[in-house]
Amino acid sequence: MTIFLGVIIFILLASILAGLARVLRAHRPEDRMLAAQLFGTASVAILLVLSRMMDMRALLDVAMVFALLAAITLAAYVVLAGRRLL
Amino acid sequence: MILDLLAAILIASGAFFFVAGTVGLLRFPDLYCRLHALTKADGLGLALIAMGLSLLAGSAAEILRIILIWFFVALASATCSHLIAAHARRVDRERTDD
Amino acid sequence: MTDPFLLFDLLLAGAIIALAASTLAVRDLFASIVLFIIFGLLSALAWVRLSAPDVALAEAAIGTGVTGALLLKTLHHLRFVTGRLALDTATGFTPEHPVPPAVLWANAALCGLITLGLAVAFLGAPQAGPGFDVLVADALPQSGVDHPVTAVLLNFRAYDTLMEVVVLLAAVIAVWQIERGLTAAPAPSLGEVWQGFARLSLPAIVIVGTYLLWKGAEAPGGAFQGGAVLAAVGLVLLLSRLYVPRPSHRAAARWAFVLGTGAFAAVALLVASGGRVAFQYPIEHAKTLILLIEGLVTISIAVTLAALFHGREPVAIPNERDRDDT
Repeated sequence: MTIFLGVIIFILLASILAGLARVLRAHRPEDRMLAAQLFGTASVAILLVLSRMMDMRALLDVAMVFALLAAITLAAYVVLAGRRLL
Repeated sequence: MILDLLAAILIASGAFFFVAGTVGLLRFPDLYCRLHALTKADGLGLALIAMGLSLLAGSAAEILRIILIWFFVALASATCSHLIAAHARRVDRERTDD
Repeated sequence: MTDPFLLFDLLLAGAIIALAASTLAVRDLFASIVLFIIFGLLSALAWVRLSAPDVALAEAAIGTGVTGALLLKTLHHLRFVTGRLALDTATGFTPEHPVPPAVLWANAALCGLITLGLAVAFLGAPQAGPGFDVLVADALPQSGVDHPVTAVLLNFRAYDTLMEVVVLLAAVIAVWQIERGLTAAPAPSLGEVWQGFARLSLPAIVIVGTYLLWKGAEAPGGAFQGGAVLAAVGLVLLLSRLYVPRPSHRAAARWAFVLGTGAFAAVALLVASGGRVAFQYPIEHAKTLILLIEGLVTISIAVTLAALFHGREPVAIPNERDRDDT
């Protein structure tokens, strides 16, 4: 099971890294923020799996912090860019 | 044993949806399509992985925390998609007005 | 393949270096900020893999909640408030006054020296020593808390932590010296969906922030993590204009800024006055003192980070043009 979960987190991390191409070559800034948002969700998934694999419940707290604060940066972007300011 | 197998299937399909989301991010033609791909894929992906891990979890408290994490990610992800889509539409309108 | 983490760790380490390099190399400042946010995500994962959930928590809270928003705000400030970066070059890094090559080379030389020093220190360190784990574990009963990281941060090496709190205080003092003014921009409309989200998530953020502070005594968590999470509440309130800083709020804000540093220093002096070394808390009161310091430091960190995001002292300046600034 541990090996299987190891493969899973590798795939999740690889999918984040593949998505980086979109951040580097975006048509518009919204694309970049959107990609960062997806990476946040993938990181939460990785943390959930890691908490199982490493047997550390504290990682669930890290995942919870990610989950709660995920929207802050994006909201800041929308507010600042909303008046054509960014 | 069956529980482990079921968990493995759920987690593997969750990872598959994350990969699908990335493919959508890279291959879809414009922001709105990508938005569609991402919100479906990562929402479902995380839900499946969270379900799989709940099956493996040792205690009810752990399951509850996993569910809470999933709930807030889903909430934030839906809100963010809405914010980004509304913002992008406003930008597009202003461009066509100019 | 016996170690299930091996591939993941290698990929993670490589990705972090690549992200750091591309964050610096990319020409578009906005892309650079987004890459830095992702860099923060991955370094939180790296701290997890190094079995340092405390640092991972801090990185998660500061990296996802505060740093990204602060950097976006800074970019916005450079482009539209001070106008240091011209509008037509908004996607490229083209400052009006380029940095002279001599300064660049001097910076490069200094960074090189620091890297060299770190390399020497790393190579000179004992290769496979027991580290300080044993020492900390032995001294843990005298610290008043059950979590080794909190014991180190607030008891054994409390002086370092005091200095970190002072750094934040110094930063906010500097910002208030440089930037002043009230905001004249109308409240942004983030829409009904955002309102619903804020109603659900703000109470949860407050609970999680307080929980992290409380839990710090026996598990990963503590003042910095809790403070950074609570600062996110301030950011949301400022962003959605539910709270608008007014000149009359300055006194309260100043008290909140110095609260943590003040309480920390006061406890140290009080302990020192009783014939002990500063920070050598009497064991029967250690837990109370540590919790008191942590609680007040949390408030200071949360308010300071939110004030740094707001980025200016709310003073009415006569004859100032209305600024369209959040």
